[in-house]
Amino acid sequence: MSFSWVRVGAIFQKELRDYRRNRFMVLTMGLLPLIFIAAPILQLFTIKASITSAKLDSRIGISLLYMLMLPTIIPSVLSAYSVVGEREQGTLEPVLTTPIHREELLIGKALAAFLPVLAVAYVIFGIFLGAVAAFAHPAVTSAVFERDHLLIQLLFTPLVAGWSIWVGIAISTRMSDVRAAQQLSVLASLPPVAIVALMNFNVIAPSLALALGLAAALLLIDGLAWRVVAAMFDRERLITGIRS
Amino acid sequence: MVSTPASLTDVEVSSSINLVGRAPSGPDGPRTVERVGEPGGSCTDMSRSDGAIIVEHLTKRFGDRVAFDDVSFDVGYGEVFGFLGPNGAGKTTMVRTLGTLIAPTSGAATVAGIELRPENGPAIRSRISIMPEFPGLYLRLTVAENLELFARLYRLSDPQYRIERVLRAVNLIDRTNDLCRSLSKGLRQRAALARALLSDPAVLFLDEPTSGLDPVATREVHELITALEDRGVTIFLTTHRLEEAERLCHRVAILSTTLRLVGRPLELRQQLLTRNLDVRTRTDLDDPGKMFGGLVDVEGWEQVLPGLYRLTVVDPDATAPVVARTLVGAGVDILSIAESRRSLEDVYLELIDEDVEVKRR
Ligand SMILES: Nc1ncnc2c1ncn2[C@@H]1O[C@H](COP(=O)(O)OP(=O)(O)OP(=O)(O)O)[C@@H](O)[C@H]1O
Ligand SMILES: [Mg+2]
Repeated sequence: MSFSWVRVGAIFQKELRDYRRNRFMVLTMGLLPLIFIAAPILQLFTIKASITSAKLDSRIGISLLYMLMLPTIIPSVLSAYSVVGEREQGTLEPVLTTPIHREELLIGKALAAFLPVLAVAYVIFGIFLGAVAAFAHPAVTSAVFERDHLLIQLLFTPLVAGWSIWVGIAISTRMSDVRAAQQLSVLASLPPVAIVALMNFNVIAPSLALALGLAAALLLIDGLAWRVVAAMFDRERLITGIRS
Repeated sequence: MVSTPASLTDVEVSSSINLVGRAPSGPDGPRTVERVGEPGGSCTDMSRSDGAIIVEHLTKRFGDRVAFDDVSFDVGYGEVFGFLGPNGAGKTTMVRTLGTLIAPTSGAATVAGIELRPENGPAIRSRISIMPEFPGLYLRLTVAENLELFARLYRLSDPQYRIERVLRAVNLIDRTNDLCRSLSKGLRQRAALARALLSDPAVLFLDEPTSGLDPVATREVHELITALEDRGVTIFLTTHRLEEAERLCHRVAILSTTLRLVGRPLELRQQLLTRNLDVRTRTDLDDPGKMFGGLVDVEGWEQVLPGLYRLTVVDPDATAPVVARTLVGAGVDILSIAESRRSLEDVYLELIDEDVEVKRR
């Protein structure tokens, strides 16, 4: 009875189908990106030529932050729902009666939140960069296209999403109410993005080395987190609400 | 990866499916009692080491609450085993425990030939399937999509063929591509049953499969169970409906936290339906002990009311005249001698009642 990607794939596909047909989910997934693209573009396009470089930096910081909020919040909402939501619907028990391993279930669910969000986040970032390149003030454009900004954005998008997902699932395995799980999960998803914010606003002097170091740390945490979440996944507790 | 017991070939399956669609195998009533005498009942004599389910002193507690206590029984391969008990008796908890969803507090068990231990969970689960109390279908997915998911979770070969087959078996093929949300309660139940059949389990757990179904749908489920039985599937059926257990099962266990009784329905009847003769006399007997004690066919007696004696007998028809002669011979004025029977239902209710009383204390 070894780990099976077939089962992971089955869960992954089921989750996507379920999301797609969930009007609330579709609305959230559709509207949030719109907000997260409109707000940063507005931030940058209202910049006047006379702006000081410090202010410019902070404007850009806010813009990029907006764009990191997307891979932070959406997966945390999705993954906070993933276990407790199924418990509420009564669909978890039948799945747990199959030979599925908890790792397969968890990875399937995590990927179903991760991959679409990653795709949406990168597309949104691409649109943002395109809009900046085409329409923004040249000074703004060159500041946005600074190597460190791009790198931080590209690197941290999947990493914050990973954090949000594991924290969200962990919370979801322990809560008995969907809404409470989602609220807590969104809160718990914020710490990594806060660190990025400090760098974006130059509170922590952003350097490539620091960014890479943080990214490596987050990667490690994401990697370990999933083992922790798997250990927290207690069939008996999920079925009966009581620890075994 | 073992997912298909060798005994259940596709050929057997498809032939049994045809049975399902056909006319019922007989009128409802008499069939039950007859069936226990049928050769099918012989599987109850399975040796202990060879049982599909062997349960030894199994106990499950939730904190202070006891779900079931010190339960032992075994189920032979191919047997339809009824697990009968009132609400809260511990039926669902037993199914979940044997299905490796929750761990027993103490005791041991073997399911589908595998010892019940945490590390054996996936192996056991690949040989059994459970139809839970509530269908738990993904309502935003179609019937086929629900089944596809489970076919992949069991890693079954040829999923499309299997899906079609089980949907035919439960008479749901025309709703294949409907969203589960659009199905009625009964149809959802059937979809859940189809899902449980998908992997050709060696042991099938059905937790109250007919609860909430109308008589027609109930009958269909019963026919399906009979068809599965003919295929040699071991079925563990929980129900709180006595007639259902009696009708479908080779053996029945009556549970009410502890196991009250296990036996074939007919045996249970014979054991439990202690027959009585109620003898009413004009005046109290001087020495009823001597009077009734001397009669071979009378196993026991008690005075219920003044002038009313209840005799426990094996064969009321044969004993009544003997009692009458003896009493008349002794100069007693007999007002009436009548047979009183307790139905299995009465017995069942009494068994359960005892337990309720125990809990109140
Ligand atoms: N998750 C749980 N937490 C606490 N107690 C529980 C839990 N599940 C069941 N119990 C208790 O265990 C006992 C047996 O419950 P169970 O659900 O197994 O009964 P049942 O025979 O299936 O009843 P029903 O016919 O109503 O389905 C009950 O007293 C119940 O309250
Ligand atoms: Mg139950």
